Amino acid sequence: MAHYLVNRIAQSVVLLLLVSAIGFVVLHLAPGGPLAQFALIPGMSQADIARIAAQMGLDRPLPIQYWEWFSRLLTGDWGHSYRDSQPVLAIITSHLPATLELMVSALLIAVVLGMWVGVMGAVRRYSVFDTLATVGAMIALSIPTFWFGLIVIYIFSLKLPWLPAGSRYTPGNGSFLDYAHHLIGPALVLALVEVAIWSRYMRASMLDAISQDYIRTARAKGLPSRVVLVQHALRNALLPMITLAGLELPTLLGGALVTETVFTWPGMGRLFLDSLSYRDYPVVMGLLMFSAVMVLFANLLADICCALADPRIRLT
Amino acid sequence: MSEALESDLSFPDAVPLAAASDDVQRNRAWVRFRRHRLAMFGTAAILLLVLATIIGPWLIPFDQLHIDIRNRFAPPLVAGHIFGTDQLGRDLAARLFTAGRLSLTIGFSAMVISASFGTLIGVVAGYYGGLIGAALMRFVDAILCFPTIFLLLVLAAFIVPNVAMITLIIAATAWMEVARIVASQIATLRERDFTLAAEMLGASGSYIMFNELLRNAVGPIVVAATLNVARAILLEAYVSFLGYGVQPPAASWGNMLNDAQQYLGSAPWLAIFPGLAITLAVASFNFVGDGLRDALDARMDIG
Repeated sequence: MAHYLVNRIAQSVVLLLLVSAIGFVVLHLAPGGPLAQFALIPGMSQADIARIAAQMGLDRPLPIQYWEWFSRLLTGDWGHSYRDSQPVLAIITSHLPATLELMVSALLIAVVLGMWVGVMGAVRRYSVFDTLATVGAMIALSIPTFWFGLIVIYIFSLKLPWLPAGSRYTPGNGSFLDYAHHLIGPALVLALVEVAIWSRYMRASMLDAISQDYIRTARAKGLPSRVVLVQHALRNALLPMITLAGLELPTLLGGALVTETVFTWPGMGRLFLDSLSYRDYPVVMGLLMFSAVMVLFANLLADICCALADPRIRLT
Repeated sequence: MSEALESDLSFPDAVPLAAASDDVQRNRAWVRFRRHRLAMFGTAAILLLVLATIIGPWLIPFDQLHIDIRNRFAPPLVAGHIFGTDQLGRDLAARLFTAGRLSLTIGFSAMVISASFGTLIGVVAGYYGGLIGAALMRFVDAILCFPTIFLLLVLAAFIVPNVAMITLIIAATAWMEVARIVASQIATLRERDFTLAAEMLGASGSYIMFNELLRNAVGPIVVAATLNVARAILLEAYVSFLGYGVQPPAASWGNMLNDAQQYLGSAPWLAIFPGLAITLAVASFNFVGDGLRDALDARMDIG
């Protein structure tokens, strides 16, 4: 176990270095590079820019610059926004709760509904339900999230007065029910793709578990089919789902960005697009790095949880 | 998105049986593909879409850029506009077909680029293994940590948004899955006897990689490439919808939806038709990809 953990954490550190290197390269791809902010100020001469570059250490070799940038990231100094000079990390963390609220609710719907559909599909393989679920999941994966959001708003906000068309709460209200009411639309929209993904994986994992020898043994012992399916097959089929939660995080985050745009949800996705349209590169870069690091840690966490839950991994 | 299908894409046993000749293999795959109803539906829908975008604009008596202010926001089937008109009175059907040309072309070109690059990286990583292979695959892992849409939007904000550049950056964010699949395929094939035989006959590394190994990994690559078309069409729709993709007056399915958002209440058809077109195109490529996966896989009983 300790050996596995050390190995896995070492891998994550290497990955973190690579991720940050990619972030650094993207930062320097920006028009004007890290100096874009100053290049926009009127009356700024080439000599001024060169002086600032020297002050900021931008005339030094790239590996040294990278290392300084990376160590600033580690100490939490992520730079300041061009727009309001607020520290980037503080801006991001202030938008994080709204996005997490959306992601967690969508994930809950996906986990419950998707796993149910997946298990039922695997147990009654090739039944009408299974076929419909399979085709439905493939269509759900083909629907653009933003378009589905527009359709939901059109039907449930514009035609039927059931759901608010956007934002996180009604100004002046802000009760729990008000928050929940605003959450329904975006959470369902974001959940669509996730339900499809979770049902597909759950079905495959369950089918895999059912085909194992220990299931045949359990059946041969004369255990009731329900006990075999739930206590033997399902328990084992759930293990890969822990990994899936980590693996699917980029998709969920990307989906949240689009959903937030359609529903004017004040989370990281809106922040990202707003900052992009203002060419507020420090915030854009910060969000890019923040999301990648989040994904990296989620994957590490998922693998650790998986190892804790599965003795087969723990012992190797 | 098709990231979800990634794990389904592993073909541990998809190596053609030595006994069966290539022709027999191909015949069997074709029979299996034809039996796959969704895949046949997808094929028909793709052909229809391609045909419609090629000849459609000729059949409609309106030019996609013809502005007719008196007939703005005409609902479908009014004044000869089968899908209605937009905020400038332009015929939606004509725009839809012309936009389809662009969206499908971008999807297809991005697939060719990303599949070729992904295959190249995958073959090199799988064949050499060791330090080079590990370094390449860790690089792939690192890029996959970034949510695709974030990365795509950042790159799109840095470039001049013309069609070629948009195709390139979509390809730049879509080659990693192909690389992973190819690398694992090649790594398995590399251990097989026919590779050893080729080495003993004195074949060079690049000959073995691209003539011996790659030929036997074509199945999974074709499947991944097909799914990549679906993915690229979706990604184009996302960036264009968010305003960083194809720029007006050129129409793509994505940027038509960008315009449609503000008229959602009064002219919902502006949003409905382009979205249906995207869904149909993406679903069709996903269906065909799924059918190909079943058809090309030597094992019959895949999920």
